[in-house]
Amino acid sequence: MTLFSDLGPAQLAEAAHTFSEESYPADQRILRQGFTGSGFYVILEGQVAIRIDGQDRARLGKGDFFGEMSLLLAEPPVADVVALGPLRVLHLADRDLREFLERHPAVMYRMLQTVARRLRNANRWQG
Amino acid sequence: MAGSIVHGADGRPYPPGDYPVVVVGSGPGGVQASHCLSGLGIRHALISADPAPGGMFRRFPFFQRLLSWTKPHAPYPHHSREYEWYDLNSLVSDEPGLRAVMPPIMDGTSDFPSRPEMEQAILTFAQRAGVRVRQDCRWESTRREGDRFVLVTSDGEYRCRAAILAVGVAEPWKPPTPGFEAIAHYAETRPAATYAGKRLFIVGKQNSAFELATGLLAWASRIVLASPRPAGFSINMHSLSGIRARYVQPREDANLGNGVFIMDASIERVEQVGSTFRVHTRDSLTGEPLAVEADEVIAATGFQCPLQDLASLGVSVFGQSRLPSMTAHFESATVPGLYFAGTIGQGVPGLRRFGIGPNSGAVHGARYNARLLVRDLATRHLGLEIPRPSIAPAKLVGYLLDEVSSAPELWNQQGFLARAVIRAADGSTRDEGIVPLADWVDRSGPDGVAVAVETDERGAIHPVAYRRSAGRVSGESPLPPHPLHDFRTADHQRLMSEVVSAFAGSP
Repeated sequence: MTLFSDLGPAQLAEAAHTFSEESYPADQRILRQGFTGSGFYVILEGQVAIRIDGQDRARLGKGDFFGEMSLLLAEPPVADVVALGPLRVLHLADRDLREFLERHPAVMYRMLQTVARRLRNANRWQG
Repeated sequence: MAGSIVHGADGRPYPPGDYPVVVVGSGPGGVQASHCLSGLGIRHALISADPAPGGMFRRFPFFQRLLSWTKPHAPYPHHSREYEWYDLNSLVSDEPGLRAVMPPIMDGTSDFPSRPEMEQAILTFAQRAGVRVRQDCRWESTRREGDRFVLVTSDGEYRCRAAILAVGVAEPWKPPTPGFEAIAHYAETRPAATYAGKRLFIVGKQNSAFELATGLLAWASRIVLASPRPAGFSINMHSLSGIRARYVQPREDANLGNGVFIMDASIERVEQVGSTFRVHTRDSLTGEPLAVEADEVIAATGFQCPLQDLASLGVSVFGQSRLPSMTAHFESATVPGLYFAGTIGQGVPGLRRFGIGPNSGAVHGARYNARLLVRDLATRHLGLEIPRPSIAPAKLVGYLLDEVSSAPELWNQQGFLARAVIRAADGSTRDEGIVPLADWVDRSGPDGVAVAVETDERGAIHPVAYRRSAGRVSGESPLPPHPLHDFRTADHQRLMSEVVSAFAGSP
């Protein structure tokens, strides 16, 4: 899983114990547009749709993550994230993300890379 | 005949045969589900491999005191619905005479019942409510035949349109770490006195690990608790998923350097050295190795769900505990008609706002979940229509504020269960009852409002309303907290009126 690929075995074990595993049925919303108090998620199995005002804008799959923008900005999500089939994810609560990233700068760097890539792609799309 | 008990030639209830519903398990989840089915007049069989009701409380917790309280003296009378918030251990009923079974059973020495008292309370509820169980009947395998599930048991075959499995999360689990085959699991813990003077190493830092540490503080000469992540305490997390307040003593001892050590480290292997052990650990943050000598090593590493062969029917499971993937109503997400009651319900995450999950792994959460799943099963699989009482619009604000102030379902399952009211097709306002909050928020339906009790990002408990309009809930309407949780103030009435007026007219 790219996000955690720089961690050693002991740090990986800690990450595995820090996140909780959750399961969602098809069509279930995991993030809800406009609702506060969401979390950070990494997809273990399955796919999700990023849905804004009912329109699908993107898909994410195994190894991808979502929810970080809302937590970093302390604002409600601007999109729904909906399971496109049975979904297994790792979940980290809002309050735990900052501490986890500060304990693992390598994960923070990987996250920044992905966020930068998404921003670049969004800029290209708009251009 | 609806709700009646069928007896076989041997006098035992529920002989093998065809039933609308079969419930497996005679712990609190199974007994509660059976009682709820009977309340709706649904004929069913209740079977269990155990010789008597009680489930996990026939054996756990080891050190004989429960984690959850029953307060004998509360602001509400024992047989009221509101008292359930002060009694986390009794099973629930719409019949006042069946409520609050636990308080008179307790001996008064603690507001935390003992394990035998809890076992007795489950048995007493079953007896008073007329819940009969076919004990010593082991569910062995499962198959589909047309529209029926067939549960093969040690007594024969049970056919049913829907099954409720309340078999607990009770199968001891140890990770495949080298050397773990030689160490004990939490479930194999011996009487405390046998650890006298021993150097104890406990793998894990969840409640079961801290329970052992607390129980053995007076016996072990040294206790080490180790797992990769830092321990999370309920008082900090605002959630009972953290280590409960009753088990904080080892943490204080560790802070004082008094013979208890709490390590954030992964366990790489356990080496047996004669009659003792050497536990090889690696610090989670620094990666530094450390070998710890111990006389006893116990893996408090959790339990799995004993779902037998359900995977062959297509039941998907997840996580270390192998919980089934479920809908908001505790039905298998992949095999409709199979429901899960009791502690297995912890696999339904709900909204988890601000990281706070439900209390479905405990009796005080699972007892309400059982009502929800039985109602869902009854309406969707058996075609039952459950009446929704109407509410006069003028009473709506007061009703909803009463609910967020004292409804035990909303307080025991904060942020997970909600009271919902809708505008029906005939224009009347109807009480939808207690609903899963996530389902209300995500499912389309008639206009209405659901109210829940939640904890915000600062740790304040407050009511939240979710208004559904034009088929969707587009956001939340938080109401302010109150120092004494009095949510019936003029301010709350004004704010709730604004929420309600949009769909029910001005109250």
